[in-house]
Amino acid sequence: MNKNDIVSPENIVYKKPELMNDTFMHYCPGCSHGVVHKLIAEVIKELGLEEKTIGIAPVGCAVFAYNYLDIDWVEAAHGRAPAVATAIKRLNPEKMVFTYQGDGDLAAIGTAETIHACNRGENIAIIFINNGIYGMTGGQMAPTTLPNMITSTTPRGRDVRMTGNPVKILDMLIHLDGVCFATRHSVHTAAAVKKAKKAIKHAFENSMAGKGTSIVEIVSTCNAGWKMTPVEANDWMVENMFPVYPLGDLKNV
Amino acid sequence: MSEEISLMKGNEAIAHAAIRYGVDGYFGYPITPQSEIIETLMEAAPWETTGMVVLQAESELAAINMVYGGAASGKAVMTSSSSPGISLKQEGISYLAGTELPALIVNVQRGGPGLGTIQPSQSDYFQTVKGGGHGDYRLITLAPNSVQEMADFVDLGFRLAFKYRNPAMILTDGAIGQMMEKVRLPESRRRRTEQEIREQCPWAALGKTPDRKPNIHTSLELDPVIMEKNNERFQAKYREIEKNEVRYEEILCEDAKYLFVAFGSAARICLKSIEMAREEGIKVGLLRPITLWPFPGKIIEEYAKKVKGMLVVELNAGQMVEDVRLAANGKVKVEHYGRLGGIVPTPDDVLKALKEKITK
Repeated sequence: MNKNDIVSPENIVYKKPELMNDTFMHYCPGCSHGVVHKLIAEVIKELGLEEKTIGIAPVGCAVFAYNYLDIDWVEAAHGRAPAVATAIKRLNPEKMVFTYQGDGDLAAIGTAETIHACNRGENIAIIFINNGIYGMTGGQMAPTTLPNMITSTTPRGRDVRMTGNPVKILDMLIHLDGVCFATRHSVHTAAAVKKAKKAIKHAFENSMAGKGTSIVEIVSTCNAGWKMTPVEANDWMVENMFPVYPLGDLKNV
Repeated sequence: MSEEISLMKGNEAIAHAAIRYGVDGYFGYPITPQSEIIETLMEAAPWETTGMVVLQAESELAAINMVYGGAASGKAVMTSSSSPGISLKQEGISYLAGTELPALIVNVQRGGPGLGTIQPSQSDYFQTVKGGGHGDYRLITLAPNSVQEMADFVDLGFRLAFKYRNPAMILTDGAIGQMMEKVRLPESRRRRTEQEIREQCPWAALGKTPDRKPNIHTSLELDPVIMEKNNERFQAKYREIEKNEVRYEEILCEDAKYLFVAFGSAARICLKSIEMAREEGIKVGLLRPITLWPFPGKIIEEYAKKVKGMLVVELNAGQMVEDVRLAANGKVKVEHYGRLGGIVPTPDDVLKALKEKITK
């Protein structure tokens, strides 16, 4: 039996999504970003939106998202993705516009842009990766860093008296009438990946139906920043992140 | 709408011109002395006629980033503000320059620094023509001196911005923004269709079609060898703009022994000072830069060989005078007269300064 017998079409049960480029990813092994990218690529294809979609890349680890999905992209300044997306969608209402943002981008430097895009009910989807740390710049504290969690700018653990408590921004955003869908997921198990994909698809459908702003938060691992193996990071996330950021729909109208 | 003559403020002229020229989007945040621009647009409700999008953003920062997004999709988009708000927009302006996207930004200047005042000033000259945001970039800068030019430069600004894929700024001030004058508004031009944008701007992020690679707008490049090449490409473009797009006006310069060099509202004041000076037999003319970048250095160099002195009149502590001195290169005496913090000099003040600093 040679290799070609094994990879015959009837034996293929899983493959790389068509919209994912054939290139090396810069993400660390074990990182959640790659899985979420894959889900977005699948959703765009399944909804037949590949010629209509414009992605807004953030500043942070996902800054190079535009290298991985074969669609049009605009790379925004740090935190400004919702403002960038607002204009593209308003000027091109028939397009699918989504932002892909990390916790620092969305919940620290871009808090104002996030809140006001949501409040206006912009018909965009926001994919929010929350791993409680700044990965790209080398593991500093994020607004979502847990109390006592060690980062390079909280080397003795996050002291909430000095830097405040984790920002549960989804819990804040659901009070805005412009938000039609806010949900929290993870991608650490096959079952979780399936649920997360369903949520992303629902968010994209909402955007195209003009229902308002949809936010899908993915509670994620940063095993490099957390200084753990991928398996340890998944366990740590379940044990420590999920109690603060419980999974499930916060709003679905 | 056909061509029309109206009496209106400079700020209102910008708004009406934007609608008539078929601008796709305006994103702004109110600040004195330019709020009439967004107010006029909201009152006119162009989304019901031309389909132009008008949006009041949550901040100047959001507004300029909306412009950045709109520009990336190939649309003709603009914003306006006044000095403190323009400082906030510098992030987005640098990104527009770094991604080579066309856009129009209007700065109706007021006195600074800080919150400053709401009266007219020209103290953002350095910020506009020397950088403002980070990185080696240039901003095409147009300086109107009348309500008519406020309207006309909306078109000129967009034409240059799209021709060179570079942001352009109308650098004006509270005096031109607030004063009312007769203005001839252009005939209405329809907005471009998506098909036309796809043809004219093949770089526009409007959704990837199978016949092309993805359009990706980013200013990030971690390989310094490529980043240097990108910068060299920008610089080559800037040299091209400097070669082709210098604009200025010469008034009573043929027989002039002395020259005022002034732009915008300061140039308007100089016109009256020239009239008064000539009644006294002082032959003075005006060289008015219309593009502040690219700067009309060559014509100043020419006049430096002909006249006996130049007085640069500005509503600031001496900014454009540095560029005039560079151009004159020591061939003639170049002095500066300016008022600060929102004070506008009278023609008498300017004439007195000419006599004290240049002709005596």
